Amino acid sequence: MNGVHDMGGMHGMGPIAPERDEPVFHEPWEGRVYAMVRAMGAWRKWNIDASRHQRELIPPAQYLRMSYYEKWLTGLVELMVKHGLVTRAEIESGHATPAAPKAQPALAADTVATLTAKGSPADRKTQAAPRFQPGNAIITRNIHPAGHTRLPRYARAKRGTIDRVHGVFVFPDTNAAFQGESPQHLYSVRFTARELWGNQAPASAEDAVYIDLWESYLDPAA
Amino acid sequence: MSAHDPDRNHDHDHHGESHQAAPSELALRVAALESLLVEKGLVDQAALDVLVDTYEHRIGPRNGAKVVARAWVDPAYKARLLSDATAAIAELGFGGLQGEHMVAVENTPKVHNLVVCTLCSCYPLPILGLPPVWYKSSPYRSRAVLDPRGVLEEFGLRLPAETAIRVWDSTAEIRYLVVPERPAGTDRLNEEQLASLVTRDAMIGVALALTNPPGAAP
Repeated sequence: MNGVHDMGGMHGMGPIAPERDEPVFHEPWEGRVYAMVRAMGAWRKWNIDASRHQRELIPPAQYLRMSYYEKWLTGLVELMVKHGLVTRAEIESGHATPAAPKAQPALAADTVATLTAKGSPADRKTQAAPRFQPGNAIITRNIHPAGHTRLPRYARAKRGTIDRVHGVFVFPDTNAAFQGESPQHLYSVRFTARELWGNQAPASAEDAVYIDLWESYLDPAA
Repeated sequence: MSAHDPDRNHDHDHHGESHQAAPSELALRVAALESLLVEKGLVDQAALDVLVDTYEHRIGPRNGAKVVARAWVDPAYKARLLSDATAAIAELGFGGLQGEHMVAVENTPKVHNLVVCTLCSCYPLPILGLPPVWYKSSPYRSRAVLDPRGVLEEFGLRLPAETAIRVWDSTAEIRYLVVPERPAGTDRLNEEQLASLVTRDAMIGVALALTNPPGAAP
C-alpha cells in the first residue's frame, strides 16, 4: 500500500538525533510489548508479513505520532482481535469473558531460547530456475498494490542491475493477506543513486542503493 | 478528569522526571493487556520475562563485534563471512530470529556500506540486538536512501567524494552486517581488544570502527 510507512526519499522528517548510551527499552512497558508480540506470534495465527502489514494500517497521522512500541502494541491488539484470540470487550474491561475457555500458552519460558536461536527461515525449497542472473538489466514494475508490498515507491519503474540471487523466499504480498506463501526468487538489485534521484542528487556516479526484490516485481530491461 | 488522577498530578508536579513517573497511560494499558493475556492462558508471564532478559542482557552488538574482529584477524574466516555470512556467523554461535539469512558487506577505502529499512525496522537481531530508536525513526528511514552522505554527516562522518556509498535497504528477510575497515595502527591488539573497537554504529555503517579501545590512553 502507498502508506506513510513507505518513507524512502521523503523530506521534512527532521534531524536524526541519535541518543548516547541508549537503553534497550526506555520504559519497562516497551519490553513487555516486545515480548508479548513474540509470545503471541508463537500461536501462528498470523505471520511476519501480516504483522508488518497490520502496523502499516495504522492511520498516517497516528503512525507518525506514535512511538515505535506503541505501534507494535496497536498492531498486536488488532491482530489478536481479528483472529479471535481476544475480544474488544475483553480489552476494554481488562478481563476474560467469564465463559471463555483458558488456553495453554503457545510459548513457554523454557522454549524461548529455541525460538530465538532457530528463528523462522523464510527461504523455501523449489526446483524453479531464477529468471535473472547477476549482471542482468531489469526495470521494476510500476505497480501500486493496495495491500502489503515490499517494493518501495521510490524504486518503482526504475532501472537496475541484478547484483545477486538470494534464492527462493516467501512472497510477502500474498503471505500478508493469508493467500499463501507463493515462494519466488529474491534478488539483490543495484540501482544507481542517479537513477533513483536524478542527476542533481548529491551523489557520485558510483553511489548506489541495493534493494531486495522478488521476481514478480521485475521485468527484463532492454 | 479528577484532581486525583495520578498521571496528571505527575505531569504538573515533576515535569520531565520520567524515571520517577507514575505509570503512564500506555504503561497501564500494557499492564492491563498482559494481565488479560495471562488470565486467558495465551501468554506465560515467565516466558515474557525470559524474552525481555534475552534482549536486554544476552543478545546485543558484542556478538557482531566478535564476528568482525574474527574477520579482521583471520582472512579465511573473512572469506567465509563474505561468501556465506549465515554459516560463518553460526561458527561463532550466533544466529536465529531475524538473522536467519545474513549477508556481510565489507567497507574498503573505495566503498562504504550503510544499512537501513525504509519500510519498517528490519535489523539483524542475533548480532546487533534490538535497534536503537534513531534506526527505526522517520528521519533515518526517509533520508538514508535519498541522501546517505548528508545522513552520515549528521553522525559526524564525512566521506571523500570518491568513496562510493552503497545503501542496503532491508526490504526482505535478508539481514545485513557491515564489516568496517580495520583501523591502522591496531597490529598489536588481540582479537578481544579489536572487538572493543567495533561499535554497533560501525556495523550499521553510520560510523567507522574506533581507533583506540574505549578507556585506553590515546
